[in-house]
Amino acid sequence: MNFTLPKVRVPYLLLFPGFAFLFTFFILPIVNLAQTSTQTPVSGGDTGQYEQSFAFSNYVNAFLDNRDQFARSFIFATFSTIFALAIAYPLAYAIAFKSGKFKNILLVMVVAPFFTSFLLRTIAWKQILGEEGFVVPTLRSLHLMGQQTTITSTSVAVVAGMTYNFLPFMTLPLYASLERIDPRTIEASGDLYANALTTFRRVTVPLSMPGVVAGTLLTFIPAAGDYVNASILGSPNSKMIGNVIESRYFKIVDYPTAAALSFTLMAAILILVTLYIRKAGTEELV
Amino acid sequence: MSTNIKDATIPSIPIKARFSRWFGRNLLRIYMIFGFTYLFIPVAYTFAFSFNDSGKSNLIWKGFTLNNWKNPCGAPEVCSALGNSIKIGLLATTFATILGTMIAFAIGRYQFRGRSSSNLLIFLPMATPEIVLGASLLSLFLVFKINPGFWPTVIAHVMFCISFVVVTVKARIASLDPRLEQAAMDLYANELETFRRVTLPLVAPGIAGAALLAFSLSFDDFIITNFNSGTLITFPKFVYVAAARGIPAQANVIGSSMFFLALVIVIAGQLVNRKKAR
Repeated sequence: MNFTLPKVRVPYLLLFPGFAFLFTFFILPIVNLAQTSTQTPVSGGDTGQYEQSFAFSNYVNAFLDNRDQFARSFIFATFSTIFALAIAYPLAYAIAFKSGKFKNILLVMVVAPFFTSFLLRTIAWKQILGEEGFVVPTLRSLHLMGQQTTITSTSVAVVAGMTYNFLPFMTLPLYASLERIDPRTIEASGDLYANALTTFRRVTVPLSMPGVVAGTLLTFIPAAGDYVNASILGSPNSKMIGNVIESRYFKIVDYPTAAALSFTLMAAILILVTLYIRKAGTEELV
Repeated sequence: MSTNIKDATIPSIPIKARFSRWFGRNLLRIYMIFGFTYLFIPVAYTFAFSFNDSGKSNLIWKGFTLNNWKNPCGAPEVCSALGNSIKIGLLATTFATILGTMIAFAIGRYQFRGRSSSNLLIFLPMATPEIVLGASLLSLFLVFKINPGFWPTVIAHVMFCISFVVVTVKARIASLDPRLEQAAMDLYANELETFRRVTLPLVAPGIAGAALLAFSLSFDDFIITNFNSGTLITFPKFVYVAAARGIPAQANVIGSSMFFLALVIVIAGQLVNRKKAR
């Protein structure tokens, strides 16, 4: 083999195939989506026929018509991110520091539920907590729950479903950053007369911040765009923006509105993420 | 007062204090048990109901049977959906792993102009909600009059898996000790030999992990697939559609088998790693 390539070119040659792929099937579609978002229906044309007319009013209308769903998406995503963090942090902490030789097995167990299709697991929750499951009738007969109250088909169920489904995305980065902490920094804190709580607050938490940032992003972003949990566990009153985009595409064939909504969602997420990263102050993210 | 004297003869702390101390010491352990129970409840439910003698709708427990496991393809379309998912998963994993590993080596090993914008291009697909990725790609296919189906789905999966492969492999490359490669060079290995005999074997576990991650992401994907697969039925799509009229127990059989299969693969991988480390 002939290795006379100038060294400078090597990284670019390595990057080229992958980046060409990403450019064609990620950047180009996004640009195309931007174009679609300002189209209007062809007058007298069939359903699904649109022409470019730079109708930026699409954005205003799409947003105003779906304010509730937008708000709900971000509120639900925020709550499920907070709950997932609250559940995952102690879990990741325990695996990283208290599990001894079982560390690898426990780590596998965090990821393991992943491999049973997430739809099957979400539907399993629906059946466990639904009218025909055993939880609701038991709680009702013990009078811990009203006869008319339900668990599924509520906003609570949607948030709980998302918390559950994105939990591994939160736990793994947290574990990775906790595991990397040099135990000597924690000992040093103890030597300097900090008690366990102060050590945790002033040493462990700051050092695990990269994991917190990565985990919250990996949970918040998919949660904000999710529609599967809302359509399986929710009711018409807990529809999220993902449900609207999906139905605009497939049921109403209203591509411009779907595109405008997608763009608004993406922009809102990017702005929030940028602000968050600035605030949390981590340089290396990926 | 007499009871106090009796208590004093036991040379230990009162029960209540002892319990609270025990509780404090084991708090994390107790928490861990609760955490894992929460994670595994639906998996256990899915497994249990794969033995349900349910007929069409697998909602209520009707009795134990092994028939679903003996005949996993018994329900219409289950196995063709599974086959499609496996085919798409293998193809997408292969392409995404190759492309992503190359990018990871470029970013992880070289300093070059445009390195930070390359990082950004890798981060962006992960920061874009799946529904936007799926919808935008479908729009592009529609513009070029490409019908959604098998290959568009493969392309879509490669696209969203690449970033995860890059991140995983890059982390492995970053953790390598550069002295090992220097040692190889000192022993008169040329660049290609060093790469083949030292670097690649050291990065291999990272690549294997990335491939496993890519396959599981692809296999389990619903949102992007739903946009780009047209009439093609994948396993998650089958489950989603069937959910309305009741999921056949065979779907539970397949879900549970995937769970155990993945567990075996991961544990085998761990054992191989440990053997190598010795």
